[in-house]
Amino acid sequence: MSKENVIVIGNGMVGCKFLAAMLQKDTEQRFNLITFCEEPRPAYDRVHLSEYFSGKTSDDLTLQPIDWYTDNGITIHLEDKAVEIDRESKVVRSAKGIEVRYDTLVLATGSSPFVPPVPGIEKEGVFVYRTIEDLEGMMEHAKVASKAAVIGGGLLGLEAAKATQDLGLESHVVEFASRLMPRQVDDAGGATLKDIIESRGLTVHLNKATTEILGDEKVSGMSFKDGSTLDVDMIVVSAGIRPRDELARKCGLEVGPRGGVVVNEQLRTSDPSVFAIGEVALYNNIIYGLVAPGYNMADIVATQITGGDAKFIGADMSTKLKLIGTDVASFGNIEANEPHQNIVLTDPIKGTYKRLITSQDGKRLIGGILIGDADAYGTLLQMTLNEIELPEDPIQLILPADSGSTPAFGPAALPDSAQICSCENVSKGDICSAIESGATTLPALKKCTKAGTGCGGCVPLVTNLLNHTLKELGQEINTDLCEHFSHTRQGLYEIVRATGINTFDTLLEEHGNGGNGCEICKPAVGSILASIHNDKVIAPRNRKLQDTNDRFLANIQKDGTYSVVPRIPGGEITPDKLIVIGEVAKEYGLYTKITGGQRIDLFGAKVNDLPAIWQKLIDAGFESGHAYGKALRTVKSCVGSTWCRFGVQDSTSLAIEVENRYKGIRAPHKIKSAVSGCTRECAEAQSKDFGIITTEKGWNLYLGGNGGMKPRHADLFASDLDKETLITYIDRYLMFYIKTADKLQRTSVWLDSLQGGIEHLRDVIIKDSLGICEELDQQMQHLVDTYHCEWKDAIEDPEKLKRFRHFGNSEESDPTIRHSLEREQIRPANEEELAKL
Amino acid sequence: MSENASQNLWTVIGKSEEFASDLGVCIKIEDEQIAIFKLAGEKEWYATQNLCPHNKRMVLSRGLTGDLNGEPKITCPLHKRSFSVNSGECLTDSDTGCLKTYPIKEDDGKLLIQFS
Repeated sequence: MSKENVIVIGNGMVGCKFLAAMLQKDTEQRFNLITFCEEPRPAYDRVHLSEYFSGKTSDDLTLQPIDWYTDNGITIHLEDKAVEIDRESKVVRSAKGIEVRYDTLVLATGSSPFVPPVPGIEKEGVFVYRTIEDLEGMMEHAKVASKAAVIGGGLLGLEAAKATQDLGLESHVVEFASRLMPRQVDDAGGATLKDIIESRGLTVHLNKATTEILGDEKVSGMSFKDGSTLDVDMIVVSAGIRPRDELARKCGLEVGPRGGVVVNEQLRTSDPSVFAIGEVALYNNIIYGLVAPGYNMADIVATQITGGDAKFIGADMSTKLKLIGTDVASFGNIEANEPHQNIVLTDPIKGTYKRLITSQDGKRLIGGILIGDADAYGTLLQMTLNEIELPEDPIQLILPADSGSTPAFGPAALPDSAQICSCENVSKGDICSAIESGATTLPALKKCTKAGTGCGGCVPLVTNLLNHTLKELGQEINTDLCEHFSHTRQGLYEIVRATGINTFDTLLEEHGNGGNGCEICKPAVGSILASIHNDKVIAPRNRKLQDTNDRFLANIQKDGTYSVVPRIPGGEITPDKLIVIGEVAKEYGLYTKITGGQRIDLFGAKVNDLPAIWQKLIDAGFESGHAYGKALRTVKSCVGSTWCRFGVQDSTSLAIEVENRYKGIRAPHKIKSAVSGCTRECAEAQSKDFGIITTEKGWNLYLGGNGGMKPRHADLFASDLDKETLITYIDRYLMFYIKTADKLQRTSVWLDSLQGGIEHLRDVIIKDSLGICEELDQQMQHLVDTYHCEWKDAIEDPEKLKRFRHFGNSEESDPTIRHSLEREQIRPANEEELAKL
Repeated sequence: MSENASQNLWTVIGKSEEFASDLGVCIKIEDEQIAIFKLAGEKEWYATQNLCPHNKRMVLSRGLTGDLNGEPKITCPLHKRSFSVNSGECLTDSDTGCLKTYPIKEDDGKLLIQFS
């Protein structure tokens, strides 16, 4: 039996998907697959086209390598455009003169950018944003341009604008309508989006109809209907798409009044042996300009050709994307015609806009828009598609994740038929059965089901589903510390507490997986042992666990020297002590700088000088500042009521007391604190792991703040506390954190991940809901009672001092350390200076 | 020292008991800095260059030892690049260069290194 010929015109994302679907479904190999591709390379990922600017290559974007076509017996005519369809004799002719007979023809010609017929649009420097060649042209032109405008403030236009900004150009967006993304968002959402985009340095022009492109041969500007002009030397047109239906028109297939090849629910055109899929197909007067419906169409046509039965019934146009670093999502029907109610949450400070459209009775979700934070997208989309009943207070669904609201809805509530990944049409049932048959990690799951490999919008939901299903199956989610311990940090902490084990070797032998340990578990166990037993970190049995900072009780710097930070509790220091610091710095040639925590850092100390430096500091009454440890660093303070005319209470004394109470305590991460003597908050207590602010009646305690990469304001935990209660609460907070946090997890992240958030913390610390307060109090008292200055201990022990050398066989310093002078102080020599030596 | 400077001769670097069994130690031979480690593996003692090829500083002896799937390694304290102390190969990425390693053995309570 001879094979039937199936020709696909167009090798874009949908055309390629169709070929893949055919290979999968044509189990008896009854069909010859032939495709024409006018571009010089096979189908690539146009959805992520702008990543070409951030370093992805055309190979990275390629969907299937050219070998895939040949290995699977697909004939691909690259750089050869189909130019004629002869329906009479069932033949396709190409620009290069090839003629191929078909039994079935599939049009997957896609769309082309719509270029409005504005005078001057043909000038040099005007681009469209569609193919890799377009992008290459833009990159080339950007080298001689300085200012770019994008015509069209839709989804693709904003991506193009970001691309021009990334190319180093001043970037403008020109939109004809009165808001950005007019098809996806409403007025208020558009306004939020405009604010966000302008805050990223792009300029947005609304209500602007372009009347002419100015310039001689090259673009020099544009003029608008309202008489204004804009000087630019590059223009990108992104004013919508037009279906590529010219071949279909020429051969007499029915097309829509505004373009597009008319198809029925089988996706057949007016000629039953010709199908149309993707952006060229017009179904029910709608062109589906997203990849997910296109993929769905490809699958439906492949099913029918191979003898199956499938129908296209329209598609959900919900979408979530990241535009210029901002989440933008819309789902369901946002132009609800039926009676409905709106729930709107706007936060102009954070730059978020969220709108839920519910049925009149508030029980069902019809649609919605999320701008600035679309974390809830997956959940909300599922609730819409599956008509899941809304919780009593639906606004909970769009409150920020850190507000302590608990999601009223998890993956368990979804039916198995729920579509989780709309790009690849993967249902909850597909994902669950893949997990059950062994795809128990996200990469494995993606590989096996393809879920999350399209736009990526469903990845959080897939992850959620994975974790949930694993739990249901009784499988642990892998949270092992490392290859040496199949426990979490919390698990190991509890083992050490319960067993009293006090060495790494015993712990590894009795509760580990053998081996030597590594740079992950050694310091983590070192920290746990210190938190529980308050052993000396450089005691012989602990020293091998400490990374260089804890091993030498100083902070390593880029050139292998160390910095020295004596403790200055509350930032209060006498002139005599200041002089000692100055003298030590001079004697050992150290660079000095004031730290953010109100103390003084001495840099450039050689490892073999550390003991002598500390001998002098300790003789003058200083103690270790633990700047090298995951431990309490500083308690910053203002001068409080003692000096300040606004001060309400003595913040300095409290800060000194608090710092002295918690100094030396080892924790999963470093801890900082501050005390402010009035509401002006000069000590910045709300940016600390725990912060204290004076009130008229006592002290307010704030927990879980920090600066750093992702700043977080501390949450108000309790108000108007007397000092005794305040200290009790801080004791319990710190011990509970030490007991339950993950390794290297800051209090802020820990608090965010704590189920029930600050409310739960109040239950544990104030109401003793877990019945552990007595234990926490005792543990903290043990740590406070067994405090020791690690440096005092070190310089009194000749065995320990022997380790503070650079060479094991010489007293010399490291001869390769070189310093240069800058602003009268030393700094590490840079590479150029080192090279000259 | 002079006869030891020629090729393939074993140089005594000290009594093995003088080297901590749990901490890396840097020793100086002529003008070179060599890091000595003791940890479980095919051998007991390992010797590598002290210079981290990533940041070009003399710090490896102060890093943490450990293993990765049974391969004994040292992790640089500056940016946490790990290197096999067996082969000197970087286990973290392929851009950082390799470590020079030196044959080392224990004989009659002494540590000897082949240094050329």
